Amino acid sequence: MRAITHHPSDAMLASYVSGNLPHVFAVVVASHVSLCAQCRVTLQAHQSVGGAVLETSGPVAVSAGLKTDLLSQLDAPFPKAPVYVQSGVFPAPVVEAMKGRSPRWKSLGMGVRQDILMADADGSVRLIYIPSGQAVPDHGHNGLELTLVLQGSFSDATGRFGVGDLEIADDQIEHTPVADKGDACICLAATDARLRFLSLVPRLLQPLFRI
Amino acid sequence: MQTGTDLSQQTLWMIAVRDNRDRNAFAALFDYFAPRLKGFIMRSGASAHQAEEIVQDVMLAIWRRADSFDPHRAQVSAWVYQIARNRQTDIARKENRPMPEELKEDPGAEPDASQILAIEQEAGQLKQALARLNTEQREIIEKAYLGELTHQEISTRTGLPLGTIKSRIRLGLQRLRHELKDLKQ
Repeated sequence: MRAITHHPSDAMLASYVSGNLPHVFAVVVASHVSLCAQCRVTLQAHQSVGGAVLETSGPVAVSAGLKTDLLSQLDAPFPKAPVYVQSGVFPAPVVEAMKGRSPRWKSLGMGVRQDILMADADGSVRLIYIPSGQAVPDHGHNGLELTLVLQGSFSDATGRFGVGDLEIADDQIEHTPVADKGDACICLAATDARLRFLSLVPRLLQPLFRI
Repeated sequence: MQTGTDLSQQTLWMIAVRDNRDRNAFAALFDYFAPRLKGFIMRSGASAHQAEEIVQDVMLAIWRRADSFDPHRAQVSAWVYQIARNRQTDIARKENRPMPEELKEDPGAEPDASQILAIEQEAGQLKQALARLNTEQREIIEKAYLGELTHQEISTRTGLPLGTIKSRIRLGLQRLRHELKDLKQ
């Protein structure tokens, strides 16, 4: 297996651990970490720092009844949280975002397909399917875009991205990812703003497809 | 598991809760963590009352999800920290925070006391490193881990202390990294 070469920044992992990273990006980072031993270790290092801050930030006495109250709840039944596991090329956080279903692909034309997993005012996260040799329409960003490769690979002006690689694109970048030869490329992509398409037709289609 | 006397009390309590559902050990964990959690949560602006509700949630999660505690990976407070931050953001969003897939333990694997000890020693060094920071640096680190800084702010503002602190924990984690690599293949 090819080594993963494109990772989230240290600061991004720290903000993910602390819960500051917007939800749609957290889905992508959690998916990357599921595939990347190196970032799993870095994540644990950040959790350790968080733990040290927790231990040293100064205790405040709790109310007298809190402990008894809590101990009396230990036997209460509770719903077990569902545990999601990897399914095919989809890491557990993607399976969770799909709520256990299979992808529901919608065609964007030219063989390109997408499945929007979640979209709200804070951004969106989607699966994108790009046939080998095909380009994703030229687009720039108003904000940040994270793209994680789950199958195949793509290349653009900034490099080549294979399974597990994470591309971080900000509003400085206008890029045209092209799926490499071989397997079709499947990516998980999150944005905190709508993409700006540079040519007219995709721009007109944008409200329709929510891309 | 074999209880080495060198392991910290928190780790031994947590293992007793996980493996034996030991209520006395849980009560001891409560006495140690509940006031620290309350202080930590109040630093992000919660009232004493709100903070205690979250403390209760987090302590219950410690009891209920004890089987996912693995002392080979991180010290008890790291695990508690992540539960607390997830709980705080889940309340804000009313939606579960996405977490990486949990690694499955090899069922036959024996606990490796030296690995657990190495993790604990690093956690101890980390606390000392935090104590040596000046007030301003300490505040920035605290803000970052309380979830009050964006990743852009962390990369521009906390570069220095974050790097210093993290370099202390990186070394011993190399070994863990190799283990994880083996597990993935």
